Amino acid sequence: MSQAYEISHLLAGVMLVTSFALLYQERVAAVLNAFAAQSITLALAVAWSAWSDNRPDLFITALIALTLKGIVIPVALHRTVARLGIHREVEKVVGVGVALMVGLALTGLAQALVLKVAAGMASHAREELALALAIILLGFLMMIVRRNAVTQVVGFMSMENGLILAATGARGMPLVVEVSVAFSVLISLFVFAVFVFRIRERFDTVDLEALDRMRGDRR
Amino acid sequence: MIHAYQLVVLIPYAAALILVAVPGYRVGATANVIVSAATFAAGLWLVAGESIVGDYAIVDEFNIVFIAINTLVGFTTALFSASYIGHEIETGRLSPSFVRFYHAMFQAMMGSMNLALIANNIGVMWVGLELATLITVVMVGLYRTPQAIEAAWKYFILASVGISLAFFGTILIYLAGQPALGEGMPAMTWSLLQAAAARMDPAILDLAFIFLLIGYGTKVGLAPLHAWLPDAHAEGPTPISAVLSGLLLNVALYALLRFKMLVAGQPAALDPGPVMVVMGLVSLIFAAFMLYQRRDIKRLFAYSSIEHMGLIVFAFGMGGPLANFAGLLHMAMHSLTKSGIFFAVGHIAQAKGTQRIAEIRGLSVTHPRLAVVFALAVLAICGMPPFGVFASEFLILTTTFAREPWLALLPAFGLLVGFGALLMRLQGTIFGEPVGPAHRVEASSVPMVLHLLLVLAAGIFLPPLLVAWFQRAAELLG
Repeated sequence: MSQAYEISHLLAGVMLVTSFALLYQERVAAVLNAFAAQSITLALAVAWSAWSDNRPDLFITALIALTLKGIVIPVALHRTVARLGIHREVEKVVGVGVALMVGLALTGLAQALVLKVAAGMASHAREELALALAIILLGFLMMIVRRNAVTQVVGFMSMENGLILAATGARGMPLVVEVSVAFSVLISLFVFAVFVFRIRERFDTVDLEALDRMRGDRR
Repeated sequence: MIHAYQLVVLIPYAAALILVAVPGYRVGATANVIVSAATFAAGLWLVAGESIVGDYAIVDEFNIVFIAINTLVGFTTALFSASYIGHEIETGRLSPSFVRFYHAMFQAMMGSMNLALIANNIGVMWVGLELATLITVVMVGLYRTPQAIEAAWKYFILASVGISLAFFGTILIYLAGQPALGEGMPAMTWSLLQAAAARMDPAILDLAFIFLLIGYGTKVGLAPLHAWLPDAHAEGPTPISAVLSGLLLNVALYALLRFKMLVAGQPAALDPGPVMVVMGLVSLIFAAFMLYQRRDIKRLFAYSSIEHMGLIVFAFGMGGPLANFAGLLHMAMHSLTKSGIFFAVGHIAQAKGTQRIAEIRGLSVTHPRLAVVFALAVLAICGMPPFGVFASEFLILTTTFAREPWLALLPAFGLLVGFGALLMRLQGTIFGEPVGPAHRVEASSVPMVLHLLLVLAAGIFLPPLLVAWFQRAAELLG
């Protein structure tokens, strides 16, 4: 039994490492690859708990994470970036060093907080929750310290990966995994259809700096 | 046998599917009004009916207040929108196919809000609120101007963060409920959670409430999480601004209050009251000062919504039967008045062809009737007697004064600051030399007059039946 927890911890740990990898990439293409790696790890982690906890419905979640977030979205975003032919570099609000230090602090915070607060929970569930919270906070951080629309969306989807990990870790939680997966489908479609293309259509760029100039009150 | 609580969700969703296929915006607009009226009728049926506690749905005296307001304002907004949207097609801001899409989305949004309101499952409640939010994001970007897209993007990013944090909070609530209710559905069912609140894990409950407060608080528009709100109000179609201010903020607040009831049921957990009092006051005072610098009329009233949501959260944070009663009443009054104001602002924007306050002058000369209604509505939201907002604000302040005299100074100060700003702006738009174009107003003035009359009636005389109902709801809140 303890082996099952070791493996799920290992996978959650790998996801956390890819969250850090997302933060220090210089090129948009590399960010997308790191995100794909994280999503595939999530799929493995969910599949592992589906198998070890004997909850076959979770295999659906794993499959969707693998195909949609692991393959379809990264490939589509790669093509979008290539077709736009601009902004291949990641535009940063703060440097890589600062971002990584803040990321480390957030990870420490997540661990300290969850381990203290959830003292009454079983230790394996508690540690998985702590890792999931760290991934969520790092996704949040990425949305703040990256300027480009594509990288912000990746930050959001990475946050979502952390959420699904947390929901899977909460043993026996009904409905919500399916629902959250449906949402990730909806949100990602949304992002593609509405924003990336519309922003391109209007500004010939996906750089949000261009949007800031349009802010209403300064008209 | 289908029940009214299913109808308030099913009617709008079914209508959304049909409206997508309806060609011709006039037919679509009429159908939109009829369907909204049917939903309102179902809402009234619920008001008259018994309480229900099921596996997935709950109808008690607390959420019925919200459902009644939701379906009523949904109906009047549909009425307003039917006459408003035609003008948008004539001026070329929207194409007929977009209007078809708009009507379908409007119904889907109403259905999602009602779903969030009747859900007895905290997962389903989350889904309803998120669906409603995502749909409003699309609606805000409907005009596809650079400003509208920027507003929609900002809304999308901030709302997504709110979505994620609220979902994490929901997971934590499930984990906190596990020691008492075990694994599976019961630990997601609100009524069971509330019954077992005293046995929930207090430490996890604390953490969950913080996440839920930030997540749902983003949607309530509490400072400093409000940044999406003014942009979304200013750039979307005016009926959507009315629904955002009048309804969506309430639904988010409703979710927050449900969780407050859970946390309050566990004495070992943190007291949610002071946290909410502080957040409410910060929003109230911050928004009151921000009112002075607004140049866009819809943005002005968006900040006024933040101010009033702050006051409402403050009242619920104070807690106790009287403050809760005042908070509920103020929420109802604010919904009616603010959506009425947005209807009037829609008229003004169409009459003057602009939303810039500097270019809206001398309405009393060019559009006397509109000017009178607008002036009365703004005076109402400022809290002038004899309107209902005065009654609720007075109640909030007096009950606070009776319990914490010094604390009452802060909301009173915020309200005064906001009062000055709105009055200053009102004077400029109503009086002075008219400038710019003055088109004839095409949209129907029935909805805004109706809202104003309801607020006036509530200010002069609250029927004992209504008072008793709100009192029972306030007691449920604890």
